[in-house]
Amino acid sequence: MPARVAIVGVGHTAFRATSPGLSYKELMFEAATRAYADAGLDARSEIDSFLTCSEDLAEGTSIFDEYVPDQIGGAERPVYTVGGDTIQGLATAYMQIASGIVDVVAVEAHSKASNVVTPGELHAFALDPIFVRPLGFNAHAMAGLEASMYLGASGTTREQCAHVAAKNRGNALANPSAAYAAAVDPEDVLASPPAFAPLSELEVSAPADGAVVIVLASGERAKKLAGQPVWVRGIGWATGTGLTAGVDGGSADYAKAAAEMAYHMAGIRNPPREIDFAEVDDSYSFKELQHLEALGLFGHGRAGAAAAEGATARDGELPVNASGGCLGVGQLFEASGGQKVAEVVAQVRGQAGPRQLKKAKIGVAQSWRGVPTATGAVVVLSHD
Amino acid sequence: MRKVAVVGAGLTRFMRRAQETGPELAWLAASRALESCELNLKDVDSVALGSAPDAFDGVHMKGEYLSAGAGGWGRPVIRPYAGGGTGVLMPVHAWFNVASGLSDVCLVVAEEKMSTCHPHPQGAFLTIFDNILERPLEPNLIWIFALEMRRYMETYGIAKEEIALVSVKNKRNGLDHPSTHVAEEITVEDVLESEVMVSPVNRLDISPVSDGAAAIVIAAEDVAQRLTDKPVWIDGVGWNLDTAYWTNRDLAYPSYVERAARMAYKMAGITEPRKQINVVEPYDPFSYKELHHLEGLLLADKGQAPKITADGVTQRNGDMPVCPSGGLLGVGNPIAAAGLMKVCEIFWQLRGEAGRRQVPGQPKVGLAQAWGDLMQVGTVVVMRVD
Repeated sequence: MPARVAIVGVGHTAFRATSPGLSYKELMFEAATRAYADAGLDARSEIDSFLTCSEDLAEGTSIFDEYVPDQIGGAERPVYTVGGDTIQGLATAYMQIASGIVDVVAVEAHSKASNVVTPGELHAFALDPIFVRPLGFNAHAMAGLEASMYLGASGTTREQCAHVAAKNRGNALANPSAAYAAAVDPEDVLASPPAFAPLSELEVSAPADGAVVIVLASGERAKKLAGQPVWVRGIGWATGTGLTAGVDGGSADYAKAAAEMAYHMAGIRNPPREIDFAEVDDSYSFKELQHLEALGLFGHGRAGAAAAEGATARDGELPVNASGGCLGVGQLFEASGGQKVAEVVAQVRGQAGPRQLKKAKIGVAQSWRGVPTATGAVVVLSHD
Repeated sequence: MRKVAVVGAGLTRFMRRAQETGPELAWLAASRALESCELNLKDVDSVALGSAPDAFDGVHMKGEYLSAGAGGWGRPVIRPYAGGGTGVLMPVHAWFNVASGLSDVCLVVAEEKMSTCHPHPQGAFLTIFDNILERPLEPNLIWIFALEMRRYMETYGIAKEEIALVSVKNKRNGLDHPSTHVAEEITVEDVLESEVMVSPVNRLDISPVSDGAAAIVIAAEDVAQRLTDKPVWIDGVGWNLDTAYWTNRDLAYPSYVERAARMAYKMAGITEPRKQINVVEPYDPFSYKELHHLEGLLLADKGQAPKITADGVTQRNGDMPVCPSGGLLGVGNPIAAAGLMKVCEIFWQLRGEAGRRQVPGQPKVGLAQAWGDLMQVGTVVVMRVD
């Protein structure tokens, strides 16, 4: 029987293309303050453990763990860094609580992408230094290669991918925190300048700044708090075979393995029937479709047609990325999954304002760490 | 709480410049750890991966790069990270994996390849400092540890000769370790006469930069008892991070280590650590740090660790053997792997498998500790055999 763990507080900043007036510490402080207020908890006496999700090179600081504690209330407390996405941080928090060693954990993730002057070179450092990096290409090109493999293997068309980009940027118009909201139609997407073939510029998510803090608590503790808990029904994460290793046609095996783990824990046997809505990684337009199929929410090669028919629109059968997703909100480094979790929590609580979905009792959030990784995580959240 | 045990351990040699890539080093240690408990990769449910700054290898998202070599493909992998404290944080994180019930077997792999950083890893350490307040001063690690060592000596009236005894002991202990990179028979005079790096730190007060990897296998009670008749139980875990503003703290005492130790002791039911803990592997990247950490771990009174060292209490045949492996000073310091090497040592010591390094008296309870960030983080595990 999986342990009962709930999300009891969420806070985030607005996500913006740049944040010249704020340091990363100020972004973290704002998100943390909002999250602790949302949870009704005092950071210095009622939170047992803190986690940050970050990577040194993205911060421009080695051992970034050093600069984490003060602005989130974690100094002189149990704190460490997870070199992974927010949902991997949530998984760590889940395990800490389920093991019985702590009751309340805060998970932080942020992006100060506007500080990265040469993002292409940052990506290059993530490529295998011996076999791949010397080839001297931009890592986004790997997404283009994978898109070609996925389109070929699944029969998905470029037009269907363009629907995803148009939908998500449009959804973001109802999200005041989104950086890249736009009213565009699929034709505009296809007509935007080529990026990494077959992807066009509007099919590639752009970086944004911001921070997210999520507070989790044991079931007993959650019930004593004033707010409405959102329960972690299942969580999973996996590292698959990376594209650089030359594997199959871009089937997102990491997302499939992570979803299997999360669904198993949640007791979900028929995902499309049991899950009301999803926030999945859409770093590139085709990734939303590929991930929806890996999560079992659509059959292989079916997600593209469903998107074109409106099934994943905000008023569709299975709304996907009602927040605007990475394409509409922005690419947030390790906080991308955190933004998705924050949206699922808002929807389940009925606090999503103009974006509120009609049916939002059980939702799934999924993250991918981006090129050139094959790591992703999935969390299933519900109102009970 | 679910009972969790260490059931296997493996190390590579520690060396100046490994021919293997990082993933290959990780593979060597991981396969040795799995072989030691007769498990295959297919028995592994999850992987905890450790490595200190990405700047050493020059690889962004190094955990992704190392995961294939560490048995991560197709599995849940997380890379817990706390700078130099990472090596002992990993078994803490792995304990969550198993104690939570999510995994029955967790493979824990630490790798460090510092030699790829040119001309010297100290260059990478320039980037650990606050980018506005400190980096313009061009500080390096030895510079700030010299401040801390000086503060420790001044506060308690400790002489350089007393601290040098740690280097002498650990480098001698390391002679018996097959992975050693820097073991040698030296005297206090050798330490005092070695090159001054930043006063009062001499070259022989410092552990080397090394390449290497370490791995352990952690399992749930039922699996552990099926695999071995000598499971080494993880009885207590603790971790604690102090403020980033290190200039505002009194560097004479590592209070974050005390907080981490108290967390682990409480969980392990240890009320009198000096009586209940039989063998200790505190983090010793610098000679004075072993003393500093013994005090933080409440195993010596404040300022008294040099005295018990001079009295021979911390020798391998003393009342409380400290760093019987040789530690970072005697074996080497591939950062995350060096911390996990200490956990391996406690595992072997408690099982009576440490060979020439074996401490007498059949120790029952051992402790490993690491330290890192800006003199800021303590990580502790308490282990026990029945």
